Amino acid sequence: MSEQLKGIAASDGIAIAKAYRLVEPDLSFNKQAVDDTENETKRLETAISKSNDELQIIRDKAKEALGEEEAQVFDAHMMILADPEFTGAVKQKIVDEKVNAEAALDEVSSQFVSMFEAMTDNKYMQERAADVRDVTKRIMSHLLGVELPNPALIDKEVIIVAKDLTPSDTAQLNKNFVKAFVTDLGGRTAHSAIMARSLEIPAIVGSENITTEATEDEMIIVDGINGDIILDPTDAEIAEYQEKAKAFAAQKAEWNKLKNEATVTADGKHYTIAANIGTPKDLTGVLDNGAEAIGLYRTEFLYMDSAELPSEDDQFQAYKTVLESMGDKPVVVRTMDIGGDKHLPYLPLPEEMNPFLGYRAIRISLDRQEIFRTQLRALLRASVHGKLQIMFPMIATLPEFRQAKAIFEEEKAKLVAEGTPVSDDIQTGIMIEIPAAAVLADQFAKEVDFFSIGTNDLIQYTMAADRGNEHVSYLYQPYNPSILRLVKNVIDAAHKEGKWTGMCGEAAGDSIMAPLLLGMGLDEYSMSATSVLRVRSLMKRLSTADMKVLADKAMTEMTTNDEVAEMVKKATNQ
Amino acid sequence: MEKRDFHVIAETGIHARPATLLVQTASKFSSDINLEYKGKSVNLKSIMGVMSLGVGQGADVTISADGADEKDAIDAVAETMKKEGLSE
Repeated sequence: MSEQLKGIAASDGIAIAKAYRLVEPDLSFNKQAVDDTENETKRLETAISKSNDELQIIRDKAKEALGEEEAQVFDAHMMILADPEFTGAVKQKIVDEKVNAEAALDEVSSQFVSMFEAMTDNKYMQERAADVRDVTKRIMSHLLGVELPNPALIDKEVIIVAKDLTPSDTAQLNKNFVKAFVTDLGGRTAHSAIMARSLEIPAIVGSENITTEATEDEMIIVDGINGDIILDPTDAEIAEYQEKAKAFAAQKAEWNKLKNEATVTADGKHYTIAANIGTPKDLTGVLDNGAEAIGLYRTEFLYMDSAELPSEDDQFQAYKTVLESMGDKPVVVRTMDIGGDKHLPYLPLPEEMNPFLGYRAIRISLDRQEIFRTQLRALLRASVHGKLQIMFPMIATLPEFRQAKAIFEEEKAKLVAEGTPVSDDIQTGIMIEIPAAAVLADQFAKEVDFFSIGTNDLIQYTMAADRGNEHVSYLYQPYNPSILRLVKNVIDAAHKEGKWTGMCGEAAGDSIMAPLLLGMGLDEYSMSATSVLRVRSLMKRLSTADMKVLADKAMTEMTTNDEVAEMVKKATNQ
Repeated sequence: MEKRDFHVIAETGIHARPATLLVQTASKFSSDINLEYKGKSVNLKSIMGVMSLGVGQGADVTISADGADEKDAIDAVAETMKKEGLSE
């Protein structure tokens, strides 16, 4: 009998394959006294040698499938495994204290981990603490006779089932064999969700209990369009979803025909559909899906994927690559948005009660100006390679924007004085995520070149509902008339000053929100690259005049999120 | 026993990649090889030992080798120190 689960649809598509549980086994043990320490030392040596053999295989496979760089982490693991101070100390402990190997290993490992973690001024050593933990787990698994998941060894088509996926987990996955992700935790903006969209594989996040429900190698159907998961499906269900997968592929092929077309509505109005990217690696998706611009380049990945603050030159190279690839198409770069749920191991931030309301994004940039100035210089130097536009995240007040702009002008003047060429045509704008800025948009519009509305944060701050907290997730209401009015206020304010407004949150690609935004006159729609063609196809059959009537009705006559959704669905035949 | 003093000039001191290479070099020899810094001595064949010393730029360290191949070991270690820009 099949079993159904529901989660948050995070990346389009349908996959049918066997489950691969990327879940850590139980590694708990009891501390025991041993008499035969010689035998206990042998047990340890056997576990170490098995770990070494295993790592050797993983290393070779990882190198083959993922490349030298990803494989290097396993070299580091093997080195720790061969370290006389580490394994020697464990053996010594077994002999001196007459304890079992598990207990000796755990205690020695903890000592090293806490020693490395205590070096808070040295991010490299802190990372080594993670290596020691990983190696300890591997030896422990052999002592206990349980198996660790080794994602680098996957060599058949699988659906990854996990509590959550970290960037280092996904780095080890062979993309050729991973057909979908399903996780217990996370929302549409979780790392795993973003990763899945850039890989163009289906994903469902926030399923709450997939790891307790799905067994290893169990057949699973993942419907990333609707957020449905079917465990152990019947033959009829498999056939049904194979049909759905075919229909989805056919529709994708249909959309694909629009790849080189401009986005034009039924009544002949042109709008810009742009794509969001995190790294230059995402450019392939942008170009393959025919995006007309990059509406959001999330530069924080440069910081998150690095072991230290990225240098001006490293940043320059990344920005240059993106600008050059896009040619004369605009690229909106958002300056560092760290804080909230995004942390850097090498930039410790104070523990906060409410990180989303705390020290993050532009608030850090204006405080730690050396970091901000490095980024601006890299951007300015890259500006001659394309059409750069810069936006500052989390602006609440005009003085914040003015200060950021002044720093930008200072760095620009310095570069010019040094004789470095910079573009003279760089627009500077702000993200609208904080209700205060949305309300005061008319004043902001006089000073900025553009607005870009970040819906996830704007909704969470307007509704006072943490977007990561599933108990209040019902308050994520993008169509609520309150949100719509705020958005409309921003668009109108920009237009009054001859400026433009974009939206770079998830909502811009939403098939209910997009018609409303069209009716409000939003100029630029930035979304996951995989949504571009779907939305272009949708817009082709909508008329701006009709959508204006619809949007006005939503803002003045409707009272709830659901009423608006219902009305739009009906009016646009969805 | 062979002994040699080094003055560390690398900006980041002995850590990360250079430390790894140093340990790899030392591990090729049968002699006992130690790294001494600020009165503390660690096994140069141990990456965790070496890194736990936290040797920074400008540090003066002593490396000693004791065993059958002590002379070759010290030469090879000195060579790596120089090649990796750890010392002159």
